[in-house]
Order: sequence, then C-alpha cells, then structure tokens
Amino acid sequence: MSTSVKRLFGRSLTLDRGGRRVLDDLSFDAVAGRALVVTGANGAGKSTLLRLVAGLLRPVAGEMGVDGGDGELTIAQQCHYFGHMDALKPQLSVEENLAFWRAFAGPAGDTVSDALDRVGLGRLASLPAAYLSAGQRRRLTFARLLVTMRPIWLLDEPTSALDAASETRLLEIVGTHLDGGGLVMAATHLALPFARMDGLRLGPSSVEAA
Amino acid sequence: MSALSALFVREMKLATRVGGGALMGALFFLIVVTVVPFGVGPDLNLLARIGPAILWIGALLATLLSLDRLFQADRDDGGLDLVLMGETPLELVVLVKCLAHWTATGLPLVVASPVLAVFMNMEPVAIGATTLTLAVGTPALTFVGAIGAALTVSLRRGGLLLAILVLPLTVPVMIFGVSAATAAVQEPVPFATPFSILAALGLFSMVLGPIAGAAALRHGGD
Repeated sequence: MSTSVKRLFGRSLTLDRGGRRVLDDLSFDAVAGRALVVTGANGAGKSTLLRLVAGLLRPVAGEMGVDGGDGELTIAQQCHYFGHMDALKPQLSVEENLAFWRAFAGPAGDTVSDALDRVGLGRLASLPAAYLSAGQRRRLTFARLLVTMRPIWLLDEPTSALDAASETRLLEIVGTHLDGGGLVMAATHLALPFARMDGLRLGPSSVEAA
Repeated sequence: MSALSALFVREMKLATRVGGGALMGALFFLIVVTVVPFGVGPDLNLLARIGPAILWIGALLATLLSLDRLFQADRDDGGLDLVLMGETPLELVVLVKCLAHWTATGLPLVVASPVLAVFMNMEPVAIGATTLTLAVGTPALTFVGAIGAALTVSLRRGGLLLAILVLPLTVPVMIFGVSAATAAVQEPVPFATPFSILAALGLFSMVLGPIAGAAALRHGGD
C-alpha cells in the first residue's frame, strides 16, 4: 500500500436512529498498526458506529477524517466492512462468490485460491455457498477482505460463529494486516486478544472513551 | 470496466441458475397469451386485431413480476452495502443490473413473442412489427421499473407497490408500442411515427432509470 492511512478519527459524532440518540458526542482515534476495539452492551451503538464510518449512515453532527491515505477516495472507499450480513449468493460456488468481489471491488490483493487457503476453505472452492455452515460462511466472507486491498478494516463481531481454530487463524490474519501498517476497528462484546490495541467503551446512555 | 463486466456475468449466472427466475417472466407471458384465445373465443379476426395489445400487456406484466427482486436480494444479504461503499459509480451499477435483468428476462419475451403471435392469428407483418416494438420497448419497461424497485427496496413484499408506482410511467411505453405495432398493418398512421416516440422513451428511460434508481438506493438505506 503506497498511500497508507496513518490515522482515522471522529470528532463529536452524534447520530439518531428511529428517533433515539444512539451516539452522543462521540470522539475516537484509530491509528495505523493498532486495533481500536469498540466494546459495549447490546444496543450500545457498536455496529452503528462501524456503519457510520463505512458511510452507510449519516451523522446528525460531528465529522470524520483520515490522515494520509488516498485523497481521491472517500473514507468508505478505503474501508472493508465485515458486518453481520455475508453478501454471499447461495447459487454461486465459494470460488465464484469471492472472484466476483475481487473483480468488482478492486484493487486486487491475494488471489482467490490463496485467500481461500488462508481462511481454510481451499478444499471447498467449487461447492455452492448454499451448502456452507455458518462458520464457513463467515470465513468465506472474511476472505473478501484479503482479495482486495483496503487499509481500514471495520470488523463487526468478527469471531462470532467461529470455532477456536478459525478464531486463531482470523486473529493471525488481522495481526498481519496490523503489522503491515493497516488500521482495524473491531466491535465486540468478547475479549479479543490483539497484540496492540486501544479500547473504546460505549455506554448505554453516556459515551466515554476508556 | 472489468468491475462492471464482472457484475454483468454474476447477474446472468444468478438469473439462469436454479431459483434465479429468468424463465419465470417468460412462463408468465406464455400463460397470459395462451389463455386469451380461450377467453375471447374463436373469432380469428378479433384475435388478430387485439393480438399486439395482448402481447404487450403480457410483456408488461411479466416484466413487473420479475422486477421486485432486482435490488432486494442484494439488500437482504448485505451486498448492497458493499456496492454503496465501493468506488464503482452506483448509476453504472444500476445500469448494468438492468441490462443483465433485461437480457435474462426481457429478451426471452421478445424471442417468444413471434411464436405466441401465431396463437393470436396475427399476420406476418404484424408479427414482425410487434416483435420489433417489444425489442425496443421492453428495455424501457425494465429501466423504468428499476426506479420502482429501488424505491421499494427496503419494503417486505414491495412487489405490488412497485407495480403501482411504476405503472403510470410504463403506460406511455405500452401505448406507443401497441400503436406502432397496429400501425404496421392498418392505414392511415405510418409505422415510423409512434415507433420513433417508443425508441425515444426507451433512450430517455435508459438515462433516467439508472440516475433515479441510484438516488433512491443511496437515500433509501436507513
């Protein structure tokens, strides 16, 4: 990545959903090489914050920005969003699903077969995605982050539905991304053992940085 | 462009595989056109006269039937979020999805119409004219319908609402399509006049549909 993002920040972000204030005057800093782990109870606004950074929601007030990165692109265009929904087409094979996102989203990263091997799905490449288990779907979705290169990874409950071995493998891949100067924001209610991490705790009513 | 060609290829695969619904529109078209002679009775002159209109009504309904899943499947599985985040202009994404949708569901209607026209006792000139107007007119139906599909993307069972929303916009297409097809066999209206307007409607909707559809998708999310 020639144009690496040094820092992603949000200032005084406020957001309403369905008439309820979900984020109130929230500020955060995520720096390259370190994971920003967003924790909080269910409904505290973790997923909302990630969707906000991904440009899928619009704040009522506040601003976001990046230091470094490609000035031609918006923040969302430099982000990988790994959310609850898997964006997989059951009629297509594992390989076809991944190859589509590699061709569509660009710039290309790992090849499809390399990415499948890294998440441990290499043997299932020609299987229709309809036959995958929940954990395998999750891993295939995660492989999408490997086939195209984007500096910011937004991970929403990244380890849900994964067994212990897959979880270790996923954390290794995230670690490699951080080592390469990448930036990670992860929302979770579990303890994620990242090597270098900062915490951001969202409370149900008052929002404070921990 | 490779992003858009990848999208086109994927949409065609999805449409033609099991559960894709590419043939559903064509089968519905077949049902509508087949039952009309039974309902109207064996008056061959009457059938020949209403033939182009029946084919057009069948094509319109078949197109509306298949449009509601155009964006909804992508929204349900989260793919739409990724498309919205990406660098590929949303207008071009909508355009390519419409083109793929038309190739998978509209083109079979055009191909089937000469065969079904025989059921309606239409003469060869009328068959040719109706097929030509359908070839020009059905893309317009898809592009106009895409606006409705984008507006109703977040609604469960939005299919009927889609039909009601876009029906007023598709009626002009059908009027000029039928009148061009009828003009080919009946004096005194020349064929070219309504056909030119039909072609203009097609080109107009090809521009308007993707722009309006993309705007609706951007603002319809949350």
